[in-house]
Amino acid sequence: MSAVFEQIFQVGFLAAIIRIATPLAFATLGEMFSERAGVLNLGIEGIMLLSAMAGFTAASLSGSLWLGVLVAVLVGALMGALHALFTVALGLSQHVCGIGVTLFSSGLAYFLYRLIFGQQSVPPSIDGFKPVPIPILSDIPILGPAVFNQFTLVYLAIVAIPLAAFVLYRTPWGLSVRMVGENPRAADSAGVSVIATRFQAVILGGALMGLAGAFLTMAQFNAFTFGVVSGRGWVAIALVVFGRWDPWRSAGAALLFAFVDALQLRMQASGLGHIPYEAFLMLPFIFTIIAMAFMSRNAVAPSALLKPFRREER
Amino acid sequence: MFRLEARTSTPAWFNLALPLLAIAVALVLCSGLIAVAGAGVIEAYGVMLSASLGDSYAITETLVRAAPMIFTGLAVAIAFRAKFWNIGAEGQLLAGAVASCAVGAIPMPGYLAMLLMALAGAAAGAVVALVPATLRVKFKVDDVVSSLLLNSVIYYALMALIEGPWKDTFSGYPLSPPIEDSANFPVLIEGTRLHLGVVVALIAAPLCWFLIARTTLGFRIRVTGENPEAARYGGINVQRVLLSTALLSGALAGLAGVGEVGGVHFQVMSDISPGYGYSGIVVAMLARLNPLGVVPAAIFLAAVMTGAEAMSRATGVPAFLSDVIQGTALLAMLVALLFTAYRIRRVGASA
Repeated sequence: MSAVFEQIFQVGFLAAIIRIATPLAFATLGEMFSERAGVLNLGIEGIMLLSAMAGFTAASLSGSLWLGVLVAVLVGALMGALHALFTVALGLSQHVCGIGVTLFSSGLAYFLYRLIFGQQSVPPSIDGFKPVPIPILSDIPILGPAVFNQFTLVYLAIVAIPLAAFVLYRTPWGLSVRMVGENPRAADSAGVSVIATRFQAVILGGALMGLAGAFLTMAQFNAFTFGVVSGRGWVAIALVVFGRWDPWRSAGAALLFAFVDALQLRMQASGLGHIPYEAFLMLPFIFTIIAMAFMSRNAVAPSALLKPFRREER
Repeated sequence: MFRLEARTSTPAWFNLALPLLAIAVALVLCSGLIAVAGAGVIEAYGVMLSASLGDSYAITETLVRAAPMIFTGLAVAIAFRAKFWNIGAEGQLLAGAVASCAVGAIPMPGYLAMLLMALAGAAAGAVVALVPATLRVKFKVDDVVSSLLLNSVIYYALMALIEGPWKDTFSGYPLSPPIEDSANFPVLIEGTRLHLGVVVALIAAPLCWFLIARTTLGFRIRVTGENPEAARYGGINVQRVLLSTALLSGALAGLAGVGEVGGVHFQVMSDISPGYGYSGIVVAMLARLNPLGVVPAAIFLAAVMTGAEAMSRATGVPAFLSDVIQGTALLAMLVALLFTAYRIRRVGASA
């Protein structure tokens, strides 16, 4: 048992958890904003992939990583707007549109990447973000080097969680988001524009998914591969449910998943485990499905999720 | 001035016109990408067409690729008819592939093996689809998310198998052992890959149409989807219909996996399905959830996929164009479906 603890409380292991959790936290917060406004965004997997590709391309062509991040965020927001156009403005079914957005964006990502970079045996890479130690805080034993000697995007994620909670629960706009997700009819009567609020939430969500994609290709892997997202978008869908549509819980769920994932990687690397690593990767999905059964979902999920709003239909 | 007006009924020719319109819009939009890639649009689409449907061999290749999408398309179409939102055809396909591969590896007479492979694959797909349906019926769990998440569970289970007990000890590649030669589906035309499973897929479509349009279960599925309250009032056990629909839908998706194992790959690998389960959603929507429409819709997508590879070789336009066309066609179809709910009416300037 003590050997296990030694493994866990290594600085490298803690740092790995934080790094794995960061893109998931961005993606999960993005999906959460969208769903709190009543719009399920199954386009997340494709949006992350297209943003990851666009950000990587911009960074490698311009040499500026932050320009790459900006491009990824803009592409994410744009794809969010596309999803909102279909599901909010036109009121089309959210799940089928989401699959459409994922198919379209991932196809476009593969197509443009192959067009720009051609077929190379070793995928081109960039000099990605470097860890930026925070003075004083990074000197704290164990926790310091693991948490406070990270990429700037990691700090951004750490700030994004309380910020998301603040925006959602403490600002008028957050109230509007929650209203249009729970009871759009009442929100409309209260003078809140359901269409505009949902658009804003889905676009913000897309931008956060774009940040998640940017992190993957510019901090975590420093290259774009066709499997760079490999189901992280679906993980985020699960984490939102598991985190009960709350920023804190969702981020906690992302951290928990990152812990399991990092553990799985360690066991794979050390050859210690007799359990196939896939069993660990399955866990978030299985736990979420079980959790959904237990939490009598209707009481927790935004009531208007999946329901389009048409003003004239009373 | 124009005004949108709610439609009370849709003319029958819409069933043909809307998918054609959506496909045309998708091809026109994607021609921009061909131009960006520096190739001639007419030339690229021409190569695509001739390489997928231009000669008899190309047609057989397209049909081989269409077969799994006919099955997943039928699976999605039937599920969506009952408003059972099965996004999990991908996982059900994989489950079907694994089960049929396990059965096909057992030595036994060929036709018996094929029959048992089909039964095992269908059963495995049905069991997987039953999970989200049961959760919805018993616990009111949203079927969209649960069926989607199950895809990842099944995928990792498959990976665990081919990287664990099924791993090829000689090569070290994550591949399952091949099925028995006698269990390989017979090829119908010498020199092609056109296998028995393709014919089964082509027969399955009219059978599913008959089931939906002409049987009591089909009637129950339709009423449950269109108006569950009325269904309940009319004495239909809606929960039971949802479970039956899930079994049927999952079995069809499982058969897609059976065909890939028995007729194409003869073993299971991690990329046995390039997203045929998700393509099934595109197929079903293009077909307007009509089982008969699933066949041309699946052939269209298959032709785009087969043609894209030849187009890529001839013009240098990346073959991933087929993925973009697929996504665009789905989105265009969803927008086109608005014409079934609304009509554009010209009104006087004063209005």
